[in-house]
Amino acid sequence: MQRIIIDPITRIEGHMAVEVVVDEGGVKEAKSSGNLFRGFEIILKDRDPRDATQITQRICGVCAAIHAYVSALCLDDAFGIEDKIPPNARIIRNLILGSNFLQSHLLHFYHLAIPDYVDLRKAVGEVYPFIPSYEGDYRLSPELNTQIANNYIKALDIRRISHEMLAVFGGKMPHNVGIVVGGVTMVPTVDRINDFKGRLMEISDFIENTMIPDVLSIAKEYRDYFETGEGCRNFLSYGGFLTQEGRFLKAGIVNRERQLSELEQNNINEYVKYSWYADLHSGKRPSEEDTIPEPKKQGGYSFIKSPRYKGEVYEVGPLARFIVNYAAGHREVKKILDPVLEELSLKVEDLPSVMGRHLARCLESKIIADVMASWVEELNPGEPAYFEADIPEEGEGSGLSEAPRGSCGHWVKIEDKKIARYQVVTPTAWNGSPKDDKEQPGPIEQALLGTKIRDESNPFELVRIVRAFDPCLACAIHLIDSEGRDLGEYIIA
Amino acid sequence: MAVKEYPAIWFQGAGCTGCSVSILNSASLKFKDILLDEIVPGKRVDLRFHPTIMAGQGEMVIEVLRDTEEKKKGEYILIIEGDIPTAEGGIYGTVGGETILKRVLELGKDAFLTVAVGDCAAYGGIPAAKPNPCGMKSVGAVFEENGVEATVVNLPGCPPHPDWVVGTLSIALRGLPLDMDEVGRPKLFYGRTIHENCPRRAYFDKGKFAKKLGEEGCLYQLGCKGPYTHSDCPLREWNNGINWVIGAGSPCLGCVEPEFPDSTSPFYKKIIWEDI
Repeated sequence: MQRIIIDPITRIEGHMAVEVVVDEGGVKEAKSSGNLFRGFEIILKDRDPRDATQITQRICGVCAAIHAYVSALCLDDAFGIEDKIPPNARIIRNLILGSNFLQSHLLHFYHLAIPDYVDLRKAVGEVYPFIPSYEGDYRLSPELNTQIANNYIKALDIRRISHEMLAVFGGKMPHNVGIVVGGVTMVPTVDRINDFKGRLMEISDFIENTMIPDVLSIAKEYRDYFETGEGCRNFLSYGGFLTQEGRFLKAGIVNRERQLSELEQNNINEYVKYSWYADLHSGKRPSEEDTIPEPKKQGGYSFIKSPRYKGEVYEVGPLARFIVNYAAGHREVKKILDPVLEELSLKVEDLPSVMGRHLARCLESKIIADVMASWVEELNPGEPAYFEADIPEEGEGSGLSEAPRGSCGHWVKIEDKKIARYQVVTPTAWNGSPKDDKEQPGPIEQALLGTKIRDESNPFELVRIVRAFDPCLACAIHLIDSEGRDLGEYIIA
Repeated sequence: MAVKEYPAIWFQGAGCTGCSVSILNSASLKFKDILLDEIVPGKRVDLRFHPTIMAGQGEMVIEVLRDTEEKKKGEYILIIEGDIPTAEGGIYGTVGGETILKRVLELGKDAFLTVAVGDCAAYGGIPAAKPNPCGMKSVGAVFEENGVEATVVNLPGCPPHPDWVVGTLSIALRGLPLDMDEVGRPKLFYGRTIHENCPRRAYFDKGKFAKKLGEEGCLYQLGCKGPYTHSDCPLREWNNGINWVIGAGSPCLGCVEPEFPDSTSPFYKKIIWEDI
């Protein structure tokens, strides 16, 4: 029996480590741990509620616009103005959110994930930061390897353009200023619509003609990764992108028996048995809990809490959205997924896997780019995009939406026109959570279990599994004990 | 002519990766040029360590840090993004089984130049905001407290404009002097207030003030911190020049000032001059 520690896990957002115990049968035990705590919920207390859209963005520079968006939904609710948001504001918020989906998916696929499958050294030479890297499992032909490495470089430009597109209405990125409680700060004009469209067309072309062919090529060469990293097989989506007909991406849950049911916010609770928080808060709803760190709590191994739905472990993210929306008969999801499943001779139930997660992320990029092209045409130039409202004396609100990495929720309580309590439950809290009070490991931990490792000093398999979830540790907000670890007895990979 | 390589380590402390994403947004120069090409003739940045970009992980990349510290003493550029957690000995943030605090102090003492990128590393920023639960401190503060004598250039902003980072590196590689203000910012980028160059300045002078978001007029009454905020945002604009904060109709948040965010907030309330 051997222990492998990988610290730091790179090419993710933030500070993360993974520790596994391996025997002949593969990974027997897995711990996913973050190692940074900043205490945003504590910092938000007593501030002007309107500032939450700005402060919560700083939770994460990759997911920034999503936190602004979810925070605005949460404040709209607490201010009692959800039904007063002008259509222009709803659409511009969607365009900002959608732009961030595209930049995040492009960044993840090309710049964070691809170095696990494409040997960039062969294309750019033995230079930092492409050396050092794990050895031994690069399978693409020299031609394909060069082609996708070139697309890695090209995608640097396309990702940058997706942030330019966001800034057309968001002002700047990272940390946009456009999204505020009550709507957005900018009235759309015809020339701004064109600024947006021009960039969207260039990005859409890349997604359709480069990104999707690239993910299919990789999926075919690494086919065994449809059988690696299966995970918990429970999937959850809050739904995302408000339209006049409801949410464009549907909310719902699909359990491991593949039953679809409605999502009920009150079934979400957070557990802290293995997290560095005071135990008296275990099992509370996000709207009721406080964040009281106890970094030296016995038995804890993470500052992430363990969100659970009806006490069960659920995966979130592009794959979860695809499973839920496919089960719900979402037209665009079925239209793009069915031919790809046929091409790869797969069924929907084969998707829970490392490669299924990459595939869903890339295909979703096209669905979102396409629908954004129609939304931008729905803007009414010169019409208002903001509804002004006073800060309420007191109020409570929640905002739930899908983010690139999965389901993101904010909960606020206002007293004396100030924030009395703020809670954030992020996608990586769901996916990267430690064991809960019932000893159930989190989704990433479950995905690692049973994995066979070919070469313990080059554990490609482990980092591929972890990265396919696109973890965002700054969002997950947690910590690992740096004391009491005798690194001498471990294989440090 | 041989190309001179400048080893560089981009280290992330308690931050949000927003500064890294901002440098990925660089348009002049583009990120690929920074990564692969000479940014000034005959000189190249050799980016050895960047947590978001580098191919390696685990012990092999910690070895890159060690190797650079030992073999490139006094030659490497250290770029730090994020705060340094100091409460309880720095337990709130670790990398490779060691506290961020300890790693930053070790890296800092042998760097030829330290660049504190972003408001967190430069002045503390949002993680250090009241009540600062993790004892977050800026790079300059932890260097001073621990006797690390190093030249620190502050490039605040939440995040900083990529041109400010690329520009500062280019000045350093050309061996030119960096003219800095009293809070360690290069005057080239942070020399004048937003208010001085604001396209809505004429409204201010005429007393035409926007009364709610989305209106024409100066944003002073809606909380704009442009009058005391030092940066060239109005001239440079953001994201390849497509827009900027006031261009999008939002008040400036004052994110390049050492007082951000506690004294520059509430963000949507008129400046209280006594707080500054």
